[in-house]
Parts: sequence; C-alpha cells; structure tokens
Amino acid sequence: MLKKEGEVRIPAGCAIAAMISRKGEKFTGEDIIRSIAVMHDRSNGLGGGFAAYGIYPDYKDFYAFHIFYDDHDCLRNCEAYLAEHFEIESAGRIPTRKVDTIESPHLIWRYFVKPKSYKVAMHKGMTDDEYIVRCVTAINATIDGAFVFSSGKNMGCFKANGFPEEVGDFYMLENYKGYSWTCHGRFPTNTPGWWGGAHPMSIRDLTVIHNGEISSYDANRRNVEQFGYKCTLMTDTEVMTYLCDMLMRKHHLPKETVAHIMTAPTWEQINNMEPDKKAYYTALRTVYPGALVNGPFSIIVGYTGGLMALNDRLKLRSLMAAEKDDMVYFASEESAIRVICPDPDKVWSVGGGEPVIVNVERSDI
Amino acid sequence: MDYNINLLPPKFLIQRDKDRCIKCGACARQCANEAHVIQLDGSIKAIDERCVDCMRCVSICPTRAIRIEEYPVKFRESANWTEEAILEVYKQAETGGVLLSAMGNPKPFPVYWDKMLLNASQVTNPSIDPLREPMVTTLMLCRKPARLELVDGKVVTEIPPQVKLNVPIMFSAMSFGSISLNAQKSLAMAAEEVGTLFNTGEGGMHRELYPYQDHAVVQVASGRFGVYKEYLERAKIIEIKIGQGAKPGIGGHLPGEKVDSEVSQTRMIPEGADAISPAPHHDIYSIEDLRQLIYSIKEVTDYKKPVSVKIAAVHNSAAIASGIARAGADIIVVDGFRGGTGAAPTRIRDNVGIPIELALASIDQRLRDEGLRNTVSLVVAGSLRNSADVVKAIALGADAVYIATAALLTLGCHLCRTCNTGKCNWGIATQKPELTKRLIPEVMYKRAANLLRAWNHEIQEMMGGMGINSIESLRGNRAMLRGVGLTQKELEILGIAHAGE
Amino acid sequence: MDCKLCEVYCKTAHSKSKDVIKAYKEEFPEPVARIRVEGGKLLSVAVSCRHCEEPACVEACITGAMTKNPETGLVINDPERCVGCMTCAVACPYGCIKVGDIALKCDLCDLSGVPACVEHCPNNALIYVEGGSEK
Repeated sequence: MLKKEGEVRIPAGCAIAAMISRKGEKFTGEDIIRSIAVMHDRSNGLGGGFAAYGIYPDYKDFYAFHIFYDDHDCLRNCEAYLAEHFEIESAGRIPTRKVDTIESPHLIWRYFVKPKSYKVAMHKGMTDDEYIVRCVTAINATIDGAFVFSSGKNMGCFKANGFPEEVGDFYMLENYKGYSWTCHGRFPTNTPGWWGGAHPMSIRDLTVIHNGEISSYDANRRNVEQFGYKCTLMTDTEVMTYLCDMLMRKHHLPKETVAHIMTAPTWEQINNMEPDKKAYYTALRTVYPGALVNGPFSIIVGYTGGLMALNDRLKLRSLMAAEKDDMVYFASEESAIRVICPDPDKVWSVGGGEPVIVNVERSDI
Repeated sequence: MDYNINLLPPKFLIQRDKDRCIKCGACARQCANEAHVIQLDGSIKAIDERCVDCMRCVSICPTRAIRIEEYPVKFRESANWTEEAILEVYKQAETGGVLLSAMGNPKPFPVYWDKMLLNASQVTNPSIDPLREPMVTTLMLCRKPARLELVDGKVVTEIPPQVKLNVPIMFSAMSFGSISLNAQKSLAMAAEEVGTLFNTGEGGMHRELYPYQDHAVVQVASGRFGVYKEYLERAKIIEIKIGQGAKPGIGGHLPGEKVDSEVSQTRMIPEGADAISPAPHHDIYSIEDLRQLIYSIKEVTDYKKPVSVKIAAVHNSAAIASGIARAGADIIVVDGFRGGTGAAPTRIRDNVGIPIELALASIDQRLRDEGLRNTVSLVVAGSLRNSADVVKAIALGADAVYIATAALLTLGCHLCRTCNTGKCNWGIATQKPELTKRLIPEVMYKRAANLLRAWNHEIQEMMGGMGINSIESLRGNRAMLRGVGLTQKELEILGIAHAGE
Repeated sequence: MDCKLCEVYCKTAHSKSKDVIKAYKEEFPEPVARIRVEGGKLLSVAVSCRHCEEPACVEACITGAMTKNPETGLVINDPERCVGCMTCAVACPYGCIKVGDIALKCDLCDLSGVPACVEHCPNNALIYVEGGSEK
C-alpha cells in the first residue's frame, strides 16, 4: 500500500508563479491562474494551490483557518478543540464549484477566530502568533483527519489535488481580490495524492511555495524541531516554512538576513569580503549552520505586505522575475509571466542566493 | 621453587628465506625487541617469542627474506574456552597481575559504521561535482548563541570564541610520554598545513610544539601534568579529559622509565617518577564541580579560550552530555570503546563502554530534545577508519571527528598493540632516542597531511553525490543514512530508517 | 639508524648483476660496498668519499690512476692504471678507500642520478648535495 504523505518522504518537482502590486491594488485570482496554466507540463495533476493576501478585509483582525476534514467525526473533534481555544467569529464551508477532474475527499471549512485571551495569558511570554502556531501544530499532529492548511490574518491558502488551474476554478478564485498572489503546481514522484501535501505550506500568514528538492532536509528538520516545530508532512516546503517562521518571527531577523542565512555564501567568498560584511556573514554562518538550505530550490515566501523570491546558491532551479509599473511577477518560466504581462519594463533571472524582496508601499492593508 | 615450563607458545613465527637472506643484519639492528639476533658466525637467529609482529623487519629487509606468520599451534579450543581465554589464564597464573593491552577494543562487537549506507541523488535532485562547484568542508566549532540580534543590519550579539576547521577531522589526544615528541610534532605540522587541530594529550606541551600552538588542543586531565597558566594560554582549545574510550572509569599510568628529562620537564614531574593519572578528577565529583572547573579555566584565560570536555561513551552518555552542555562546555567530545590507548587493563578495554555510533546518535538526539544542540559542538572519536566513517558520523550528528589510530598509521604504526612496552620500532610509542630518530617529523607530517587531504576529497565526493555542498547540511542529516541488517531497536537508537524504506 | 642498507645497495650498485641476492650470494669476486656505517644504534654515520676539493688520495697516487674530474669534481680511480699499492688508502684522512685487489671507492654511481645509497636510505639520513663546500 502506498504510504500517506507524512509517513514517507516524497520528492517533487514543480511550477511556481507569483504576482504582487507594490501599491497594494487588489485584483482577482484570474491572472495568476492564466499564468500557472502555461506551465501545465511542470505539474502532473497531483497537487496545486494558491495563497492570496488581502482577501478578507472584513475579517482582517481575525485569524482565518482553512481546514480539511476527512469526515464529520473529524469535524466535530476539531470544532470542539477550536471552541475550547478560540473565540469563533464565523464558520462555514469554503465555496467550491464542481470541476470534472477534481473529486474532493475532504470537507473544506473556514473559520474566523481569535485566541481566547485568558488562554494566551496563561503561558509565559506567549503571543497571539505563537499561540496560533502551537494550536495549528497540535491540531495537525493530534486530531486525526483534520488538517489546518491556512491560518493567517486577511489571507488564505487554497489547495487541492489536480492541476493548479483546475484548483483555481474549483475554489472560484475569480471571486477573491488580493494584492498579492502565489501559486504552485506540483509534480511529486510518487504519492497517493493528499490535499494537505499540496503547496503552499503555511503557518499563520507565512506561506511558502517551492520548486526543488533540498538535500539538507533532515539537517534542517532536526534543527527546527529543537524549537517547538514538528514536521509532520516530511516535505521540503514544510521545513522551509518553519525555518522562515523561526528566523523571521521568533528571531526577529529581517527578510534579507533570513535569505542570507538560508543561502549563505561559501567561506572563501566570506574571506574575500570587506571587514563589515565579513563580520556579518561570519556571524550568520557560525550561528545558523542548521538553517543553511542545500540542494536545488526556488521558493517564494509570502507574508502580509510582501513576497520574497529566493533561489539556491548554485541556481539549480529556474526562477524568473519581471516588473511592469507597480506590479512585480515571478514564475518558473518567463512565458508564464508574458502571458499575463506581455510587455514588462524589466525581466530578469533571480540569481542564486540573491533574494528579491517586494514589499507593498502602504501599511493599511 | 618456581615453575619452569613456559605454557605460552610464541604468538608469531619468524620465517627467514635462506635463499634470499644476505645476512646484512638490518633486521637485527632494527628490532628493539631483539627478535632477530646476529650470531658470531654471521648467521641470524630468530627468537619467535620476542616478535610482536610490528613488521619493521619485513619492511626494511632489502631482499624480502622475512615472513611473519601466526605460530602454528592448536589449542583445544571450544566456543567458550578460546585460545585467548586459555592463554590469559596462563599469563595471570604466571604473574598474578592485571592483564594489560594497548589500542582499542578488538572484540567482534558490531561496527555500526559498516551497517549504515549513504544516499546519493538521482534525477529529482542533481548531484554536485566537487571539481566544478564549491564543496565546503570548513566549519566553526564551539558554543554558539541561540540566536542573533541585528541592529541596523549589524550583528550586536556577542559570539563566544570560535575555532575554524578546514576539514572536519582533528588529531585526537596523544600525550608526550605515551608517544614520542617526533610523532607529536609530525601531527602538529600536518594540522597546521591542512588547517585543523592536534591534541597534546595530558602530558603538557613540549617547547618544540610552541610554533604550532595555534593548532593545539591542550588537555587538563586528572593528573594535571604540565598544566599552568601559560600552557592554557598557548592553546586554541582547552580540553578537560574526564574519560577515554579505551578505558572508561580508570586513570592512566606512565611508567617511570619513560619519564626521561624531556618528559619530566614537560609534565612537570621528577625524572623517573611514575606519572599517575587518578581515575577521577579529584576536584570533579559531580556536574556542578565540572562547571566550576570549566569556568575556572575560562576565567584564567580571560574567556578567550573555548573549553571542551571529553568523556568516554558509556551507558548514560546522553544525560551526561546534556549536563556537560549545561555546565558551559563549548565542545563535547565522546570517545567510543574502539578508541586506542597506550596501555589499558585488558578487561576494561574489552568490556567497558559502548559503541560510539550509538552514543553519538543518542547524545545528538538528546541535545536536540532539550534544545541544546545548536549551542554546543559535538565531536566524536573512537577509531574512525576512513572517510565514510566520518561522513556517517557527521550525518548522525557530529560536528567533527577526532582520529588517532589512523593518524598513527600514517606515521608507520602497524597496530601491533604493544605500545605499553616502550619498544616501538617505528619511533612512535617510545622515548628511546635510537628509536624516535626513526621518525622524522619533516618527512612524516606530509603523510599525516596527505591522509587528511585524501579523506577530505572523499568526503567532498560523497557530499556531492548526495547533492550537498556544505558540511553543515550533512550534519545530523540522518535521512542520508539507511541501516542494513539492524534490529528495530538499533534503528530507533540510530534514528535512521532501514535500507529499502 | 644503523640499518646499513646503504652498504647493501652500494654493494649491489657495484655488482655485475645489480641484483641484491646475486650480488651477495653468487657473484665472484664478491662486489664491495664503498660506503660504511660507523657507530651504533644511538648515533651512526655513513662514511664514504667526500670528493674533496684537494684530494689527498689523488696527490698520493703513484700511477695517476686516482684523478679528480675538474668539471664534475668527481674523484675516481681508474682500474686500468691502479696497481693496488693502497697509498691512497693510507693518505685518505676519512678512511673512505676500501682495500681490494685495487683501491675501491665511491664513484657517486657514475653521476647517473641519485646515488644508490641515498635513494634507498629508509630514514632520509643520507642526502645528496651537489657543490656543497666541504671543509
């Protein structure tokens, strides 16, 4: 019998695409679907997904939980947990459309919640964000048949088995408007196909889509697991999501520094730097050896107010970027950008270990 | 009246091919054990019982006239009463003493290195060619802060002293006294050339090693030989030696006859006096005492020198290691039961301690479970034989490894396991000037350095095959290991899957 | 270190067969090693011709067999002219000339490369230095 995701490590190749408006202008999911559809052959129908930022302005102070349930028992167990830990503002099914090629094995629900403040206050040094991380980790690890696949504020992930353009259709993404979208088409080498295993991987508002297969997986996994994370899916994307969360949120490091840690330069390069830079990189490499990511990858990290695109140090995976007015586009292939932006101002290949960070220029998003 | 029959047959039979022997006498003049003796008529007589099979004569004979064979006697062995068991009783009946042996545990306990296999990339993830792409084996050893703090893009967190190694392999502790100064110097020169460290052992630092002090780990062991402020200040790393894999739980004994004037000056003990290392440090009876010693050393050296603590791999190493990390050590060194020694009681060597592979796996996991692994470095020792052992050790969770037996092999050691006699024909485990002059540091260091380079090339090849181009991505990367022929329990302790899974 | 392998290989180099075993056991007349190790285990010195700037042996030679090559500096004995009077051996301050039917001495293996004694020294005790200013 084929093992489920999380019981076995499954390598996967992929297509990724993303777009963001620097001005924070919102647009529907239609363009990103057109973009990823061009790269149809880079996925094999065993996983597609989207992350969209700015889509729940009416609930922007609430954490939006998107949850897969295997059946109604699972739903009841999980809802009991939610009720115990959160104030639930709203609950309901996520609207979907019938798509011939997608058959849902899950009930797909959405909740807008706030942590119960007395619960947060019970733990030393606890913050709302950390509380969310702990609860999501607990649900995913301990409640059978329930999987939280999105848990940020004013954002959401949508994923399923199928080609990404079909997944977009299934979730009716033309009805959502966000200022930043990322999208992923998956090409796993073997999997029975589990919806939770599709990308993006997310924790709170942090989402990661990834193309590649990292060779440092277990070194990174065992590193983050020291800090309260539990890698249940055994995927590269999951471990990179946790790495980013740990470095960005827990260690308060700037995005750029996080990229410098994950794709640190070689010692030879560091030795040839001028003193200030040398001291900076020496410190990063010395303190965060377990966060260095090795092997081929191109990732796009989404967060509230921005995106970061990053390629491995040797540039073993394709990743293109383009600009047009206030819009910035990323995709595994240039054609996927040109289909929605035929006449970009600038097109370039994201360099190995050189992060491209795009932030929205307003704070009221 | 004494019993006059020798029940111990010789171990080796010296065979001389009369047709080849030219009676040049080189064998006789080279053998410190006097197993070859030139007769008055110019012929050469072999005295088998003196032979230790160190192969000096075999290597030096210009006509390859000498063969050493196992002495062809057959004891009435049983599965229980092996020849060795019988002989040991004879020996003790003769001497009434504790049996002594040298080098590490030779018993056929499982060698887990040989039951683990490495991964390589195929299709989904490209392997990396070390000849074309950077393949970095450089690493930073010692205590790290849990996280970095940046202010205006500048690192404001203070980072404790770090030691950079170009290769993940260091030379393990071997003291002046147990080995010759020439042997120490060879390793020191090799360490300097390659960019790694050697270890003075517990016998102090001879002044001739001062030029290599930037590559020296100095030991503070229970005997406190040669320890004073300047000694500590000369070191790159100061190592508190609690235990040794070959003889956990007991001390050491350098016989007075090996304490010549140089050893005496270096160890700071009278010439000819026995150098006794007590079993415990008499100022460390508990973990809090260890903390005090660590901080005394740090205080003396102005917090500029990292302090390492070396223990033997024993049953509860994981808990001990966690205590050592909490006591403030920068590096934990764990020495497995195959680690070599100049002399150890045979029973201890063969029956005490546990395999380093299991100790390493459980210590690394324990430190991670307690969130301590990132703050402290973990170094393992105990007879790693080749670069694959090193790669597997790092994949199990080590930062770096110590080698000593392999290092001595580069200097000509033939593992005859008679270091305790002080008659080392290769000039290694001896202080006799006519023997130590056979080992010329300026010649031999190249061989020791070659070994490090060769292993490092192989490590790079294996890393490249796995698609890894930095050693830190190999560290603790147990997904790169698979067990073969191991029980579920063993796999669980090693934290690896079985091949085929 | 007193192994005396230099003697073995010198003897072989000056044999007909150039084979160690044959040189020692079969050849007649038995070849002679031109180098000799003095001393014992603790301190031993290999003694052989120094090819002096002003060789006493050349001066002493009664037949002109012993000559110093002005270009190479090599001091050699011409077996055709040597009458075996051994005046050279008496004159040599280092005792480097071996007594045989004729005088025998180091010829640096005819300058054909690194001398056999140096090549085979297992402890790098012998080194071959050209143009060193002896004395």
